[in-house]
Order: sequence, then C-alpha cells, then structure tokens
Amino acid sequence: MAGETLLKVQGVETYYGNIRALSGVDVEVNKGEIVSLIGANGAGKSTLMMTICGAPQAKTGQVIFDGEDITKLPTHLIARKRIAQSPEGRRIFPRMTVLENLQMGANLDNLKYFKEDVEKVFVMFPRLKERQSQRGGTLSGGEQQMLSIGRALMSRPKLLLLDEPSLGLAPLIVKGIFEAIKTLNKEEGLTVFLVEQNAFAALKLSDRAYVMVNGKVTMSGSGKELLANPEVRAAYLEGGRH
Amino acid sequence: MAYTTENNQSGQMAKAIKEGIFAGLIAFGMFLLFVGIETYQDINNQLVWRTRWGLLAVFVAVAAIGRFVTVGFIKPHLDSRKLAKAKSGVLEISDEKGFFRTHFLKIALIFLLCYPFLAMLIFGRQGSLKYVDNFGIQILIYVMLAWGLNIVVGLAGLLDLGYVAFYAVGAYSYALLSAHFGFSFWLLLPMAGILAALWGIILGFPVLRLRGDYLAIVTLAFGEIIRLVLINWTDVTRGTFGISGIEKATFFGIWSFDAGTPNNFAKAWGLPTSSVYYKMFLFYIILALCMLTAYVTIRLRRMPIGRAWEALREDEIACRSLGINTVTTKLTAFATGAMFGGFAGSFFAARQGFVSPESFVFLESAVILAIVVLGGMGSLTGIAIAAVVMVGGTELLREMEFLKHVFGPDFTPELYRMLLFGLAMIIVMLFKPRGFVGTREPTAFLKERKAVSGSFTKEGHG
Repeated sequence: MAGETLLKVQGVETYYGNIRALSGVDVEVNKGEIVSLIGANGAGKSTLMMTICGAPQAKTGQVIFDGEDITKLPTHLIARKRIAQSPEGRRIFPRMTVLENLQMGANLDNLKYFKEDVEKVFVMFPRLKERQSQRGGTLSGGEQQMLSIGRALMSRPKLLLLDEPSLGLAPLIVKGIFEAIKTLNKEEGLTVFLVEQNAFAALKLSDRAYVMVNGKVTMSGSGKELLANPEVRAAYLEGGRH
Repeated sequence: MAYTTENNQSGQMAKAIKEGIFAGLIAFGMFLLFVGIETYQDINNQLVWRTRWGLLAVFVAVAAIGRFVTVGFIKPHLDSRKLAKAKSGVLEISDEKGFFRTHFLKIALIFLLCYPFLAMLIFGRQGSLKYVDNFGIQILIYVMLAWGLNIVVGLAGLLDLGYVAFYAVGAYSYALLSAHFGFSFWLLLPMAGILAALWGIILGFPVLRLRGDYLAIVTLAFGEIIRLVLINWTDVTRGTFGISGIEKATFFGIWSFDAGTPNNFAKAWGLPTSSVYYKMFLFYIILALCMLTAYVTIRLRRMPIGRAWEALREDEIACRSLGINTVTTKLTAFATGAMFGGFAGSFFAARQGFVSPESFVFLESAVILAIVVLGGMGSLTGIAIAAVVMVGGTELLREMEFLKHVFGPDFTPELYRMLLFGLAMIIVMLFKPRGFVGTREPTAFLKERKAVSGSFTKEGHG
C-alpha cells in the first residue's frame, strides 16, 4: 500500500499580491502515510495547505494528486477529488447542528453513505454523538475540532489535510485527537498530511516530516530522525516543556 | 429577610421614580420643538406659530409613566419570575408547550381557509370586501414576498436590498404579456416567475464576489435601475402613467370574473352580482402561492442545495473546501428568491389591474426586509407573524377613526405608518435581537434520539 505517491507538490511558489509566501516548495505524500509539516509562525505552512486546496493558487510549480494535475482547479473541484480539509480555525458551521455539519461533509455522495459514516465518526468521537443535536457554535474548542475532522472524514477522503488540529486545545484533548488520527491511519489506511506547531506530538505521530522556514522546506526525514536532529530540537522542541 | 425585601422594594421604587422623571425630561427635551410648537400659515399667508402644551404634556406623561411602570413593576415582576424558574430548576426550553402552541400552524391554516367565509358571515357581502382584500390579500402578498426574500437573506445570508425589483419584473411581465399577447393569468404566472428568476441570475453574476454591506449597496442600485427603466422606457412601460386595464385572473378559464361575460362566476352559480367573489378567489390563489413558497422552502432546506445555502451563510470558505460550488449555490438562491418575487408580482398585477413604477420604490424593499428581520431570519412562522403585525397594523391604522377624537379632526393615522414600523423594530430588537422566532429549526435527525442531553432538545423526544 505504502510507497505509491498520492500527493506531489513540485517547485510551488505562491504569492499574496506581490509578497512571495512560498518559494519553490517540494513535498511528497505517499499512500498510507502520516506526513507532517512543522515550522515557526509565518513559515508558510498554512499557505502550502491552502495552495494544495487551490486558494490561493500556485503561481509556478505543480500540485499533482493521484497522478492528476490539480494546480489550477477551483477549490470545490479539488475537494471533489476527495481531498478533505480540516481548516485552520476549524471553520465549522456555527448555527447548524452537529449532525447537519456532518451532512455537509457527506454532500459529495449525496448522503449515500451518511448513516454508515456518521456511525463511524460517532464511534471515533463519542462526544459528538452526545451533542448531535446541539448547534456547532455551542461546542467547546476540542469538540469543534472533532467535528471539523469528522466533517472532513464524511466525504470519504483519499487524503486528509489537517491544519493545526491542536490549536488552542488542552494537552489531554490534543492527545485524544492525535490518537484518533493514528487509529484512522492504521485501521482505515487513511493518508494524512498534517500541519502542526506542536512539533513534538506531530513528529512522534508521523512516518515522515518536513521542516519549513521562510517559505522553503529546509529539512525532511522520518519523524524519528527529525526528533533526534539537534537543529530541530533546538529550534522547535527544547523551548517547550515536552 | 423580610426587612431586606422591603428595603429592596423601596429602593426599587426610588429608582423607578428617578428614572421616570428622567425619561420625562428627555421626552420634554425631544418633543418640545416637534410637538410643543406648531407652525402654520395664517390668513395673510404668513408663517406663525402656536403652542400645543397639552399634547406635549401627554407625550411627556406617557414617557415618564411608562418608564416608571417598567422599572418599578414590570421589570421586578419579570426578574422574580425568571428567578423562580431558575430556582425550580426548570429550563425554559423544556417547558411543555400548550395545545395552542403545538398546533399553531394547523390552527392558523384552518383559520385562513375559513377566513373569507367568516368575514362574509360577520360583515356581510359588501362589508367583507375590506377584510378579504385590504387585510387578507394584502398581508398574504407580503408574507409571500418576505418568504421569498427569506430564501436569499435568511437562508443564503445574502443581504438583498433590491428585492422589489423582482416583484416589479413579475408584475410588468404579466401586465405587458397579457396586454400584447392576451395570455391568461395561469400561463403568465409561471412565466413571470421564470422571467424574475432569470433577472435574479443576471443580478447574481456581478455580485458573486460581494458580501455584506457591498452586496447590499449593489442590490439596492439594481432595484433602483429596474424602477428607473420602468419610468423612462415609456414606449413599452408607459412610464409613470403605468399600465392599466390588466386582465383579471379567471377560474382556470372556466368562469370569468368580468361582469359582462356570459360565463361570469356569479351568474353561473346564480349568486347576486358582487366583486367579493373575485376577491375571495384571489385570496385563495395567494394563499395557495404562499403555501407553495413555504412548502418549497421547507423541502429545499432538507435537500443538499438548501443545506448548502445555510452553510454558505455560515462560512463560505468551509463550503468550498467541502466541494460546494459557491457560484451555483449563490445563483440558485438569487433565482429561487426572485422567482417567488415574480409570482407575487404577477399576482399583484392581476389583483390591482394596474401597475406603475410607484408600487416598486425602495421603501417596499425595506419593508419586506424589515418583515424578514423582525420575524427572525430563516423562520417561516416568525416572518408570517411579522407580516401580519406590520402590514395588518398599517391597515388597522386606517380604521382608527376614534383617534381623530383624541388628536383632533386633522389627524390622519396612516401617516404614522413608519413610526409604527420603527417602534416595532426597536421593541423587537430590544427584547428579541434575533427576531420573533430566533431559533433555527434543525433539519437533520437520526432515527434514535435517545443520547441527546435534555436541555438541547425541544421536548418529548425522550
């Protein structure tokens, strides 16, 4: 299963107006892998994530998904290639109920697998089952993150993009969410591309990882290698009390 | 304990008196020049002024006493009730609803179906005209318009200030096509809807990238453009004169409501000649159209497109990342909303027998939007209630002859229409910031609903 390239980002440059946010990024994600992208604030991690989704589009370079060039596709068509995203800041629909949020995720198949998939999400995140009729905006931060991931999973994705799933959450909840990601990867074979500030947790979870500085990938390797790498330790790990 | 309550009460009274006096002073300051002094022209055409101290005193007294009663009695009463409820641990949401509230919609529908006959029974054949036409039909037209606009504003969250344009398109489509080609009402009704929907799409394209205030301004301009075209394209629309003598609707071509025709409805049924049958017929048409609007809205909300509208209102970027084409979603919202505006417009033309640009001014858009906001965006019931109160209230003002005895014979109550609107707006926004019915009805349920914590369900799903 592993080994085959699912997502290939080649020499991508992305601009916000005149400002270059990404300068020649190369990233590869193979089928069945968890790959993470770590880096400081403003390094361009989220920009890369958004570029894969086509908003903003890459000015040069290519994004190839499953052998198909998706660089210039509009966002909704990229999503229909089964790239699901749990965006930064979660972006759930606050006035709609948990169940309705999940329905939105299942729109691609016109709710054909809704019942089945909703059960799976509820098994993974029992809290969502308890709160299924509650409005999304009334959930706690952790529950919203679960909902955001759950909603992304409802579209039966080939690739799950997670942008800072640990943002603003208590360590215990982060742990739970990371465990859920690991389970998904192990049991369903889901490919996950993860952007994280919480480098330690991300590296421990990942098969491979990339380090990004100022819009460029400066290092890559297996999660273990990078964890042991003195530069990475100095820049991203030692500061925190992990 | 008793001592503290007493102390509290006297403190409350002192506060109430203070606030009452304060409110009186503010009212005095505000109305001194507006109400206290009146200018008029005397016999020599000179502008002179006279005072109206009595009326000013009434205004000040109403403000002062109103504030006093609110602070001194109503507010403590409400607070203590809330406290008692909180103490007894009963959440307001889980309160058992009475019979009337649970069956409100059925009761309302049955009442509406019987309404013309009830009016005829009580007020006689000619007397009922006013109630069926001015109240019934007029209110239902606004209900339909507001429900149509609700799709755009309430569901899709696209603030449209030019909705009346689609109403105008519908009305003129009927008027012109009927005059030139002699098509019947039943053929033109769907055509007017389709034409209005097309205009909805035409408006939709340029505003796709806009949201909020910017969208509001462009739609406002669109409404004005349509109106100005109607005024200035005199060859086709006859400008401000409008188009008169528009064909009446027929009973599906079987019976006509024109007095002279052989298949006249009253003659065919051996009834005395009266215009009331036509009004009753129109009442049922607009009632049916309203029901159609409600039915379509309710159905759509449960379908992918309706869910997409609501999701679009919440978060456009999230929508795109879930594979929703926001372009078509917005355009369908505009088109669907416009279509119902077009239906209402063609009905309006058939009812009036006359259309002119004057019926489609910005104020109409504002009134329709006000009804949607007051009723609670997205809530059909709330909007219907708001339409009844606002439009019915306006009509009721015309009936308030007795006010002439209070304020003098020159008093024309309907001039205070906008005052009423503004007042209602303020009151509703103060107490119910999300409109009459601010809660959104969820559209998705799983079969087994046992695992839901009690306070978040409505009731009885135990």
